[in-house]
Amino acid sequence: MMETVHKIKLTVNDTLREFTAEARMTLADCLREKLDLTGTHLGCEHGVCGACTVIVDGKSIRSCLMFAVQANGSTVTTVEGLAENGILSPLQEAFRDNYALQCGFCTPGMLTTADAFLKENPSPSRSEVESAISGNICRCTGYISIVDAILDAATRLAEKGDK
Amino acid sequence: MKPAKFKYLYPSTIEETLECAFDHGEDVRFLAGGQSLVPMMNFRVATPEVLVDLNGIRELQKILIDDTGNIHIGAMTRTRTLETDNSIGTANPLLAEATKHIAHVQIRNRGTIGGSLAHADPAAELPGIILACDAEIYLQSPTRSRSVAAKDFFQGVFVTDIAQKELLIKVVMPAWPVERFWAFLEVARREGDFALVGVASWFDVDKSGRISDARVVAIGVSDRPVRLKGAEAQLSDQLPNSETFERASKAANSGITPTHDIHASAEYRREVSEVLVRRTLNEAWKRG
Repeated sequence: MMETVHKIKLTVNDTLREFTAEARMTLADCLREKLDLTGTHLGCEHGVCGACTVIVDGKSIRSCLMFAVQANGSTVTTVEGLAENGILSPLQEAFRDNYALQCGFCTPGMLTTADAFLKENPSPSRSEVESAISGNICRCTGYISIVDAILDAATRLAEKGDK
Repeated sequence: MKPAKFKYLYPSTIEETLECAFDHGEDVRFLAGGQSLVPMMNFRVATPEVLVDLNGIRELQKILIDDTGNIHIGAMTRTRTLETDNSIGTANPLLAEATKHIAHVQIRNRGTIGGSLAHADPAAELPGIILACDAEIYLQSPTRSRSVAAKDFFQGVFVTDIAQKELLIKVVMPAWPVERFWAFLEVARREGDFALVGVASWFDVDKSGRISDARVVAIGVSDRPVRLKGAEAQLSDQLPNSETFERASKAANSGITPTHDIHASAEYRREVSEVLVRRTLNEAWKRG
């Protein structure tokens, strides 16, 4: 079986990273194993659970369904890139204050999904938030607190923007 | 849950794609959005030796509305673009509406129209809409270009008319009259799941106030998207009102044999088809 190894250049969380990877390595595995960014979680590995969601060029995507080589030249944000200088983002703070996580497995995917969503839709309705996270499975919270947190984050971000 | 080894190619033009793909024998797959193929590769249900990534081909990503109002949609147009692009919302609102029902936003950000059509899942939305709109699908091989009508394109579960050495280039949807009445509804177990049943309906009304043309298409009820011709016949030349829509919904199941699986029995799918035909027609008329 022939296989190709590729040189890949990515901007991950504002840092340019260069490495080589086999074509078959998914972006998720690459982030975790090559770049040591283990905040991105792998649940189902077939695009159902949403745990591996990262932001590629501004859009939330399943990193288990994209090969790392396909992200060559892209800008990637993982959950590690949401906080700035060690200070939690308003979205992350809202998750903490609303008890929007228990075991934490789905949280990186929820945060990246919500981060990209709020940039597109800064003042969503409750049902829009529910729809936005419909592709992310949480087995602990029952989702209510996660939806609360995202709505709270929208308010916090709006206030921050006003100042 | 990791894909088998493969050789990865990243062409930037259609010509280059056809050339490099077919220098590599039989076991070649095109990679579009990867939202169905990559799960299959992760499960090793699909183990292509060569994967030709179509994501670098700009000419496959274009949307063009020509002078006659026909919409040319490049095969690599993302589902999310169909959902959010204003020109699509105006040029074919049924397409834009149905797109919202496709999986979840992360999937729609990657998934493409060409990928969905080539995959031909019987419960997928886009094949149903393409059929309901009498669209033409354009295919290209190293030696010829041809187009296939949507009604001849889908041939069974995951089976299409695409031949060896052919690449799906674009879809052309005929112009959509502004006055057309339309609706799309589906029933799924959860938001974003594949539809147990989905129905797309549209009809045109002539000057005398009667229905001059209509389409009623169901997904999830057969091995491919199907026109519910019994329902369409009940609409033809009738006044659009709830009695007509009721008669059409009663005729929805004539000539189809819904599938049964772990999610729903054939009887349930029949009942839901009937209900969705009635609801789409009423919704279409009310919105107009």
